[in-house]
Amino acid sequence: MADLTYREALRRALDDELARDPDVFLMGEEIGRFEGSYKVTAGLWQKYGPERVRETPISEEGFVGAGIGAAMMGLRPVVEIMTINFILVAMDQVINHAAKIRYMFGGAVGVPMVIRTPGGAGAQLTAQHSQSLEAWFAGCPGIKVVAPASVADAYGMLKTAIRDDDPVLFCENLVMYNVTGTMPDDPDYTVPLGRAAVVREGSDLTLVAHSYTVQRALRVADTMSRDGIEIEVVDLRSLRPLDAETVAESVRKTSRALIAEEGWSTYGVGAELAARIHRLCFDDLDAPVERVGGAEVPMPYSKPLELAALPLESKIEAAARGLLAESGIA
Amino acid sequence: MAKAAETPPDTLLDKDTALRLFRMMALIRRFEERTEEQYTRARIGGYCHLAIGEEASTVGAIDALEPGDCLYASYRDHGTALAVGSEPVAVMAELFGKETGVAHGRGGSMHLMDVQRRFFGGWGIVGAHLPIATGTALALSYRDLPNAVLCQFGDGAVETGSFHEALNLAGVWDLPIVFQIINNQYGMGTSVEQSSAEPDLWRRAAAYRMHGERIDGNDVLAVREATARLMGIARRERRPALLETITYRFRGHSVADAGKVYRSAEEIESWRKRDPITRFGLHCSERGLLEQDEIDQVWSDVAAEVKSAIDEALGAAFPDPDTLYEHVYGDSAWREQFSRMRAGAPFGERGEERTWQT
Repeated sequence: MADLTYREALRRALDDELARDPDVFLMGEEIGRFEGSYKVTAGLWQKYGPERVRETPISEEGFVGAGIGAAMMGLRPVVEIMTINFILVAMDQVINHAAKIRYMFGGAVGVPMVIRTPGGAGAQLTAQHSQSLEAWFAGCPGIKVVAPASVADAYGMLKTAIRDDDPVLFCENLVMYNVTGTMPDDPDYTVPLGRAAVVREGSDLTLVAHSYTVQRALRVADTMSRDGIEIEVVDLRSLRPLDAETVAESVRKTSRALIAEEGWSTYGVGAELAARIHRLCFDDLDAPVERVGGAEVPMPYSKPLELAALPLESKIEAAARGLLAESGIA
Repeated sequence: MAKAAETPPDTLLDKDTALRLFRMMALIRRFEERTEEQYTRARIGGYCHLAIGEEASTVGAIDALEPGDCLYASYRDHGTALAVGSEPVAVMAELFGKETGVAHGRGGSMHLMDVQRRFFGGWGIVGAHLPIATGTALALSYRDLPNAVLCQFGDGAVETGSFHEALNLAGVWDLPIVFQIINNQYGMGTSVEQSSAEPDLWRRAAAYRMHGERIDGNDVLAVREATARLMGIARRERRPALLETITYRFRGHSVADAGKVYRSAEEIESWRKRDPITRFGLHCSERGLLEQDEIDQVWSDVAAEVKSAIDEALGAAFPDPDTLYEHVYGDSAWREQFSRMRAGAPFGERGEERTWQT
């Protein structure tokens, strides 16, 4: 077991897959000589050359489309979109094309492509650079959407995504890049898609999260544990396929469910899970399902406003305590 | 540097080639006419875009492809599929939504394809397949294969951002691809002059330091010659090109459009006089390559072929509704990956047996 940052774990997964399979290549803005806007691909251009670590112009629609066309020929492109905010100019390629091709061509051809892209807020990047849009994509059949929240998952899930024969939107997180964690020593370590993880056991409330919000959820659980309240934290890891069973098993045990996410909860991950928990755990619930997300405003610049818009630990904890109070605890 | 070509060079034409080109154009014409009729009989649903009048631009270009070359097309793709050699019955079956269709009834009129013959589709979002075709050219280059991509699209696609992005990528990456504008002069009812600040569409190539060329798209031999030449350069020298073939659709944008409110009867009539099939027939008979009775025989053969395609496709089975969820994903692990997503899913998505009528 070695300690690595989330960024280094991603880089190691890319390096391993580039070394393992000559059909794997990387494509994106500034990923070569510049080493990636967030340095995930540092050193790979030097190691693998410009054909396998392909620098692109600022043409998201163009190079996401090119990734699709290369994937249809059996290559395994790993396309980097500098941040998830910029994927919107390539939305047509992702939703109308990558997600549809296998089906509308009757299964004759697939798109084994990964789009890696970080989301998240907290560094005063403002309205156009702070979004968490993964739920928009997770609602669309034909693609898979994952969002690892740990160093080991970043490594293991990226390798699985690259080997997958379907298009995968691999959501990273800007704040997570510098988070350190333990990496398994096994070079064949992979993590299957569609499996959530109970990352902290508890008996009083189930707190479901994905990506960086899992870290916040764990800190909330630690804080509330000091008051004798034990929160079970479920890391979704994968939004589509979604592991609703693990969530339901946990809620049946705790009888309370809170879903936290950095994106907007309305029509979001929390909305989807609340509907499922309602159906699966109707008789087990001691309180209505609660959701907490980013404030439903475009992200402001000024620090006090940005903090007010984020689903910080304090906001998640308040939601958790409110839920417990509704069912007669605390 | 690029210039609009004048008269196409005299192409040596043998009888077999003449017959093959004439036969394919006639097959497409007859197929499209019968398709229109099948649509009015409500055997075909959705959108249905006919390419009557554009046969030379399609057939001439596709005849210039070599084994291993890849082809992309717009949604006006019935003729494209026939020209690559897809069975007329499989194409008609797709239009009818049958399981035996080229896409097993999943794609319909706009999404024909034949991966075995390297025809990568019929695409429904104007301009959006240009970057995808460019990626296929990138794959040919990545694998160092000696082939190239032919990417066909209409004049309307030239005004999209993806046209620019695709041509720029093909240019900076030296990709083996020929972009063919099948300029039928209208994007739905909007003319090229209305849409384009530079209506000489081939001139756009200059912005990418790419060879650009405009030819008579109703002259099947000129189209074939230009495509063969530019694809040859793409294959050998990894240099992309932009080829504009000027043609005209005799029908409306789709079968729902009579095609008469935005253009004059005189204009349509003037183009009918330049019908690519009549013209090529005349060319061949004047040169003693095809006799009139051979031409008549081709028309009667293709009529019989299309009739039998319709009859057989009508008799084919529709897809089984139990196969609705097939091909959304294709990874061998997908069922396992999604096995825990049924829990609490919306009604109908939990793997229930269907108890409701469809």
